[in-house]
Amino acid sequence: MIKPFDSHTGKVVPLDAANVDTDAIIPKQFLKRIQKTGFGQFLFYDWRFEDGKENEDFILNKPEYKDASILLARKNFGCGSSREHAPWALEDYGFRVIIAPSFADIFYNNSFKNGILPISLENEQINYLFQQAEDPEYQLSIDLKNQTVKGSDGFSASFEIDDYRKWMLMKGLDEIGSTLINENEIGQYEKQHKIYYTSSRS
Amino acid sequence: MGKTMYEKIWDRHLVHEEKGQPGILYIDLHLVHEVTSPQAFEGLRVSGRKVRRPDLTFATMDHSIPTLNRSFPFKDEVAQKQVEALDKNCRDFEIELYDLNSRNQGIVHVIAPELGLTQPGQTIVCGDSHTSTHGAFGALAFGIGTSEVEHVLATQTLKQYKSKTLAINIEGELPQGTTAKDLILSMIGKFGHDFATGYVMEYRGDAIKKLSMEERMTVCNMSIEMGARAGLIEPDETTFHYIKGRQFAPKEEEWEAAIQDWKQLYSDADASFDEVVTFNAEEVTPKVTWGTNPGQVAGITEKVPSPEELPEDQQLAARKALDYIGLKPGTRIDETPVDVVFIGSCTNSRIEDLRKAAEIVNGYKVAENVRALVVPGSYQVKKQAEQEGLSDIFTEAGFEWREAGCSMCLGMNEDIVQPGERCASTSNRNFEGRQGRKARTHLVSPEMAAAAAIEGKFTDVRNWNVKKIEGIRQ
Ligand code: SF4
Repeated sequence: MIKPFDSHTGKVVPLDAANVDTDAIIPKQFLKRIQKTGFGQFLFYDWRFEDGKENEDFILNKPEYKDASILLARKNFGCGSSREHAPWALEDYGFRVIIAPSFADIFYNNSFKNGILPISLENEQINYLFQQAEDPEYQLSIDLKNQTVKGSDGFSASFEIDDYRKWMLMKGLDEIGSTLINENEIGQYEKQHKIYYTSSRS
Repeated sequence: MGKTMYEKIWDRHLVHEEKGQPGILYIDLHLVHEVTSPQAFEGLRVSGRKVRRPDLTFATMDHSIPTLNRSFPFKDEVAQKQVEALDKNCRDFEIELYDLNSRNQGIVHVIAPELGLTQPGQTIVCGDSHTSTHGAFGALAFGIGTSEVEHVLATQTLKQYKSKTLAINIEGELPQGTTAKDLILSMIGKFGHDFATGYVMEYRGDAIKKLSMEERMTVCNMSIEMGARAGLIEPDETTFHYIKGRQFAPKEEEWEAAIQDWKQLYSDADASFDEVVTFNAEEVTPKVTWGTNPGQVAGITEKVPSPEELPEDQQLAARKALDYIGLKPGTRIDETPVDVVFIGSCTNSRIEDLRKAAEIVNGYKVAENVRALVVPGSYQVKKQAEQEGLSDIFTEAGFEWREAGCSMCLGMNEDIVQPGERCASTSNRNFEGRQGRKARTHLVSPEMAAAAAIEGKFTDVRNWNVKKIEGIRQ
């Protein structure tokens, strides 16, 4: 179900904001849908649209950045609510990679489960990329196996990712399936584990 | 070497561990609501999976429901669909649902403690970031995404990496006239909005021990606003006293066994935390946020800061925030007018919060041009407040008195702050657009919100002339 991620090359859109929260990524009026798809049209809705019309000043709306697949942002990206609608919207819009100095916890987790690779780089590297990405033709290539980010200008950086997440993402694996390999152990555990409220269930 | 409380809970719930992989952690209590669950149930159907432990799963409706007229049809068709989907999912998968007709309905983080479901030492998850609230009981509680909701439904476990631990030692006592909300806002202001990212944070010290359960919940609720994975407070007599006698609390011999067990839940004296910070509670004053994240906060007697005064890495964000919130540097906080007042949300909608707000409101009228509403956290809170006469105090003053739900905390129902309006809110997030497009949110305590409603502007509640409530029916 998740697209496996091996390597990716794409244009970079610089979103110069820190603490971009999930309310901004996908405003709550779009959380009422009960499907997983089709959220891309609502991505950054309140920034992208002004009274139903496209806000021309917002970077994602500039024609030259429209086909970018790598999002560059400042620290603490994805803070706020746990809504997985945020990575759904980013993915559906066409982003496969997000690069920022740091990410909020739940968002970071959610990204992997939806085939998006969040990459943290050092502040100086981020600053440099912000300069480079002023040129809409600027491209980055991400190689997940070797954990590198390379630019069309010779920029090169490596990034950290734990082996497990990397493997799951590369294979596009379903985590539930992998946990159920240990189903017997879960059953064993349950036999000796005490949960007090269960005996008060009417 | 000793263990921290977090490590003790972790060890008790570790089902499986393998090198180079996250551990499999057992989940004791899974709370479900209408917004983050439909896609998870859909996932189960698509892959032909069942809910492993429906008996450890509880659902309610809170986020998108109306708080005025709750009978079908809703004005908002899409919200109704979501509520209907939850109803069907709970029936199909045999999960207990506290729906809009249930006496147990309410905001998910209000009802679980109220029913006695939240207990020390448990692992608790919910598709909602403010699950951190339950950490007030010494439970390891955190928010998860919808894929993880599906994972817990299917396996009753989660794959988790162990978090780093952070101890926050709170010294001294909260000054008179300040609240748990001011305490947590002060800490976020001091340490920063993303300070605790990746950590499980334990609140320690006398100031914490003296807090009631409601106040501890307010503090833990906002742990996530400091970026923490979860907040924890060591369970003690206050905790046990709160749980005792509630619907799902252990009874008789089980109660004694439970207490013995829960008393083991503390960080050993020789346990080591990855990070330790101290905070002086004596510094706390009534707080009002001036920006668009909870760390952008000032004391009621202070002025809106000018971005240049702030550390360089905060200046850009501060400029953007002030632009959005429509305040000039140097403006006195206590001269800032409000248009809307919202008392509610999982941070501050429990009975104690409503009592404190009512104490301020009693004998006064809501200022002209201010729209003020109280949205109780649960059906039970609502009923109790009505019995105690609190609802009369609010309505006589000109507040709207609503049914339980999240309401204006996130504006998914019709309770929305209009563009450009300024709202004093007891909720937990002042993000752009949180309470409505272009809505300007200022986070405050229930007392400060109540006083702002009366004055029509922020005001120092420490100077409030409280008119004693006669014949209170508590
Ligand atoms: S009251 Fe607000 S913060 Fe709490 S669960 Fe509801 S929407 Fe989330």
